[in-house]
Amino acid sequence: MIRTPLRPLARVLKARESGENPDLIERENRRLRQEAARDQARNRAEGRLVVLSLIFVCAFVVLSARMGLLAATEPVALARGIAEDISSARADILDRKGRVMATNLATHSLYAETRRMVEPERAAQELARIFPDIDAERMAARFTDPNRRFIWIRTRLSPEQQQAVHDIGEPGLLFGPREMRVYPNGRMAAHVMGGASFGQQGVRAAEVIGVAGIELYFDERLRDPEQVDQPLHLALDLTVQATVTEVLEGGKHMLNARGATAVLMDVHTGEVLSLVSLPDFDPNTRPAPPTEGEPADSPLFNRAVQGYYELGSVMKTLAVAQGLDEGTVSPSTIIDTRGPLTWGRFRIRDFRNYGPELSVKDVMVKSSNIGTARIMQPIGATRQQEFLRKFGLLDTMPLELAEAARARPLLPDRWSDLSVMTISYGHGMSTSPLALASAYASMVNGGRKVTPTLLKQDSVQGGKQIISPRTSDQIKLMLHQVVQEGTASFARIPGYPVGGKTGSADKPNPRGGGYKKDAVLATFASVFPAHDPRYVLIVTLDEPVDTTGPEPRRTAGWTAVPVSAEITRRVAPLLGLRPVRVEDANAAFAQSH
Amino acid sequence: MRSLLYLFTALAVIGLAAWAYRENHMTQQAMNDRRALEREIAALTEALSIQRAEWAYLNRPDRLRELVDVNFERLKLVPISADHFGEIGMIAYPMPEIRSDVVDTIETFGAIEHLMGTVTEDPEEEP
Repeated sequence: MIRTPLRPLARVLKARESGENPDLIERENRRLRQEAARDQARNRAEGRLVVLSLIFVCAFVVLSARMGLLAATEPVALARGIAEDISSARADILDRKGRVMATNLATHSLYAETRRMVEPERAAQELARIFPDIDAERMAARFTDPNRRFIWIRTRLSPEQQQAVHDIGEPGLLFGPREMRVYPNGRMAAHVMGGASFGQQGVRAAEVIGVAGIELYFDERLRDPEQVDQPLHLALDLTVQATVTEVLEGGKHMLNARGATAVLMDVHTGEVLSLVSLPDFDPNTRPAPPTEGEPADSPLFNRAVQGYYELGSVMKTLAVAQGLDEGTVSPSTIIDTRGPLTWGRFRIRDFRNYGPELSVKDVMVKSSNIGTARIMQPIGATRQQEFLRKFGLLDTMPLELAEAARARPLLPDRWSDLSVMTISYGHGMSTSPLALASAYASMVNGGRKVTPTLLKQDSVQGGKQIISPRTSDQIKLMLHQVVQEGTASFARIPGYPVGGKTGSADKPNPRGGGYKKDAVLATFASVFPAHDPRYVLIVTLDEPVDTTGPEPRRTAGWTAVPVSAEITRRVAPLLGLRPVRVEDANAAFAQSH
Repeated sequence: MRSLLYLFTALAVIGLAAWAYRENHMTQQAMNDRRALEREIAALTEALSIQRAEWAYLNRPDRLRELVDVNFERLKLVPISADHFGEIGMIAYPMPEIRSDVVDTIETFGAIEHLMGTVTEDPEEEP
């Protein structure tokens, strides 16, 4: 910018010539210069004011937005039990009537900070007195090791132990809060609960994670901070579960069985009201998995869900149901039962000779292997597979347990005509008691597919129709006749008409090839009340022997049936079923046929 | 006029500052209260869960069964079974309460022998 001089020579000379005061020119120029400076200053100040006011506006907008946000959002309570980014919270598990099956209890862990310790040797000795499994010398060596600063001593303490440790008075022994999983009912429903243990551990908290059963299956749901306050409602009924366990335990003991299992299921909703597998364990102190011996003999093994066995004659109901449903036979069709039935090198025999011919109904009542084989013969392998698949017997039976997904049925490599016949009476294909319960439920509830569930349901499942209601009615009557006239006469109990089918399967030899002698898996699949089934109960005993008679009896009619009958007698009133007169039940049967 | 405006502005600033100071303290107090309440809630929830766990432990089916066995003499509890159910007809209809102000009544109906007690057989047993 060219600076205008205050007294430009040309104008001054000109002014002097014309006799004007040249000072006026200087004053004029000075004024112009000042005005320019003033305008510039004002512009700058105005600009600053605009910027400043913009900053203020922004600040106020931010503040008011934040205030508005705070006022509009819902108040959130801080989630409890979160420290060091480890959440130890875990939702409770309740039974169908709201009784506690699993809950959390606050407890403490014990750790040592060696730098703070005053008398490490004495502390080690005192600790060894409180906890007998601590070796005082080794603990003292760990306390005095200069490379160690931090030592875990115990993951959980009882209040008495905590007080005893307090009394040592050692400042280096410290407690960290812990949430502990507690199963107040002890062994009750152990296989359903599974168990829990600690995951990621910090000083202030430790994760409680499920290790098996429903605790592992729903691990994420139970630990989800948003659902921690909502307990998980199981379908199990604690009272029923306790009764079934008590009776089954008694039966297992009296009959010298190696194991026993029972499944009680609602035929309409698929709710599993009771699931017992013996021997069992205490989920509070879950034992380590076995390292030797049969895994199936371990208490951890869930026989009802993981145990896929050849269940024997209980499967005949499915063969007969298929025959009836496809219209190849009716309950009164006469079947040739002359034995033995020879197929290549293989001979099919009956438990005893039932004469040259039986009606389909009597094949069920007397449990004739030859009879069911003959019913299935014309139906063939493809249709048999289709039928069994509809009931879910060829795949893993889904249930909300971590173990369920890993267990699969054993099926024949090649589904030959011989397989068709052996499978018709329950050999050559394995089924779990739970899958059997589901199949029986689907057969007697009017023919709709039912999937078992451990969660409380509000409504009937209403699955796909897999057999006709007419077949379902015929099966119900036949099952009742098995109890009234056939192999399951011990299942007759006052007040509650029962229908069912026995099965005594020889156990396969573990070293392969053939079946064991004198080792039987006795099963009784029952439904009650027989005329309008609401519940299905499967009881399986592993190698039971009834020694009350002159010679040992191993068939299901003498072993599984009495146990199952006692369970039904005790459980039916607990389930709120009113006793029925025999005439009323018979009238109901007559009406449906 | 302008000085009045300045005065009011200054007063307003002082007033707002005092209000903000108070608000700040009250907020902090409220937050402290909240923390204390949360601690109390956490302690109570914990106590509640312990009580619930203990209740469940004391009411576990095994223990109840043992208690029933031990106290059988007094309680006489047996497992419920079908014969504990009754027909509705087995329940007696409650008798209407008859209030009578009449005392020392004299029976005046029936055979004279019966009223005098000389007949031993019950007349109702006759067909």
